[in-house]
Amino acid sequence: MPGITREEVAHLARLSRLELKSEELDHFAEQLNDIVDAVARVSEIAAEDVPPTSHPLPLTNVMRADEVRPSLRPDEVLAAAPAAEEQRFRVPQILGED
Amino acid sequence: MADLTRYTAAETASAIATGEVSAVEVAQAHLDRINAVDEKVHAFLHVDTDGALEAARAVDAKRAAGEELGPLAGVPLALKDVFTTKGIPTTAGSKMLEGWRPPYDATVTRRLKEAGVVILGKTNMDEFAMGSSTENSAYGPTGNPWDLSRIPGGSGGGSAAALAAFEAPLAIGTDTGGSIRQPGAVTGTVGVKPTYGSVSRYGLIAFSSSLDQGGPCARTVLDTALLHEAIAGWDPMDSTSINAPVPAVVAAARHADVKGMRVGVVKEFGGEGYQAGVMQRFNESVELLRSLGAEIVEISCPSFTYALPAYYLIAPSECSSNLARFDAMRYGLRVGDNGERSAEEVTALTREAGFGPEVKRRIMLGTYALSSGYYDAYYGSAQKVRTLISRDFDRAFGDVDVLISPTTPTTAFPIGERADDPMAMYLADLCTIPSNLAGNAAMSVPCGLAPEDNLPVGLQIIAPALADDRLYRVGAAVEAALNDKWGHPLLEEAPAL
Repeated sequence: MPGITREEVAHLARLSRLELKSEELDHFAEQLNDIVDAVARVSEIAAEDVPPTSHPLPLTNVMRADEVRPSLRPDEVLAAAPAAEEQRFRVPQILGED
Repeated sequence: MADLTRYTAAETASAIATGEVSAVEVAQAHLDRINAVDEKVHAFLHVDTDGALEAARAVDAKRAAGEELGPLAGVPLALKDVFTTKGIPTTAGSKMLEGWRPPYDATVTRRLKEAGVVILGKTNMDEFAMGSSTENSAYGPTGNPWDLSRIPGGSGGGSAAALAAFEAPLAIGTDTGGSIRQPGAVTGTVGVKPTYGSVSRYGLIAFSSSLDQGGPCARTVLDTALLHEAIAGWDPMDSTSINAPVPAVVAAARHADVKGMRVGVVKEFGGEGYQAGVMQRFNESVELLRSLGAEIVEISCPSFTYALPAYYLIAPSECSSNLARFDAMRYGLRVGDNGERSAEEVTALTREAGFGPEVKRRIMLGTYALSSGYYDAYYGSAQKVRTLISRDFDRAFGDVDVLISPTTPTTAFPIGERADDPMAMYLADLCTIPSNLAGNAAMSVPCGLAPEDNLPVGLQIIAPALADDRLYRVGAAVEAALNDKWGHPLLEEAPAL
């Protein structure tokens, strides 16, 4: 297995939406390498014919009744928001200015 | 009057029901205890004095009105800060949620309130339940009441420490890889991870959804069972909730008899890496069960040695997805919103500031394990290991009623010892992880002090899914026999705080 480089940590951080500091990159690269080395052992016994398990319960498409019921109160929900305006979440710009 | 903080939950409920004490007196005694010792222990992140006294007054009023009280009415409880509590701060041990007051109650919270349980406050934990020592809390570590310089386990170290420090007779934890059982083991308390799906996850802040399970913690097996019955059961708000009757765990805790039961000793858990005193107490427990009439069988579960690596791929993968919700838009922390930065930049700055190192490590590890070039080798293989572990359990439970092992390889280690060594920290959950991967039920019950350091050792009992009652039957038998042998419960040997 290839090792995790500083550049790869920077890429993972970008994908994970983490604005890591430069000194964190080296530290995480070293630790993630150790962890990945240790966990790569799973491939030793993961034979072709073994089906994967994603969940302990064999559930598919659990439905609830399609009934109108009360939701959370907007004022209570927005009270916990970092910023709110006109009964909406106020967020930083999501489209470029130009 | 006797010290009310020394009562069991069952004794407390009965004393309240008969009018020997009031629920307010009981709540006040525990709030006083928290005031006296929690500066040293730091089990609580938030103490809800007003809410606790109000809930206690409501129980007293019900009794005065002649209404029937539930089996835990008026009993105080410490709630892990990963369950939402309406209007009461809920942080999950993270700066990301500092000051957040949820607009709704978790199902567990709601059921506790309906049972008349008095919620004293919210307990410290590793950030988003990721850790085995509570050192990953953004709000500082919790001390183990047996030795304040040592860890109380994690992630539910606050809940376990609150029990061991007599700050509460009941506590709620969550167990994703051992976060109820491992803190129970190292603090000399009882903790149960119920069958996956039997306690609702609605309002439980998600870490790894296919593994997370809330469960009861207490100082005695019977108290743990009473709490188990209060919180378990089908919940339409959780699509992974099991619609089946809750096993009769209280009856099982009162039926402490293992005669004729077949008990399997997991061969893979022991030997190198296990502390001598832990193995000594474990081996004594095996002999104890034999002397009580259980039939002891050695069982090999060869894939269990791959459980830890599989877990550290599956849990981080699910965490990297679950924690994407912390985007600084709808609740929680927002950093760097200066009117010029984009939403995406603000999200990345907030997550950098709001998450601690272990959470960042796991998010990136999960992102790595799920990325296209590595998916089959890592996440895909880990899911296959999960199948093999379930098969080992199925085979074992075809032969025995329960499996046993030490809960943890060592007793409580010193705070700081493994803080920057993730792999060393992960080993604390070596024996507890297989049950999370398979979704079955498991308990840790105290089985003595390790001779070399006088710190508690836990015995782990594992039962098939939906046979949680067997845990209580075996746990209660071990507890009763050991209390007879020692002449008192283990916690009486804990140093006074």
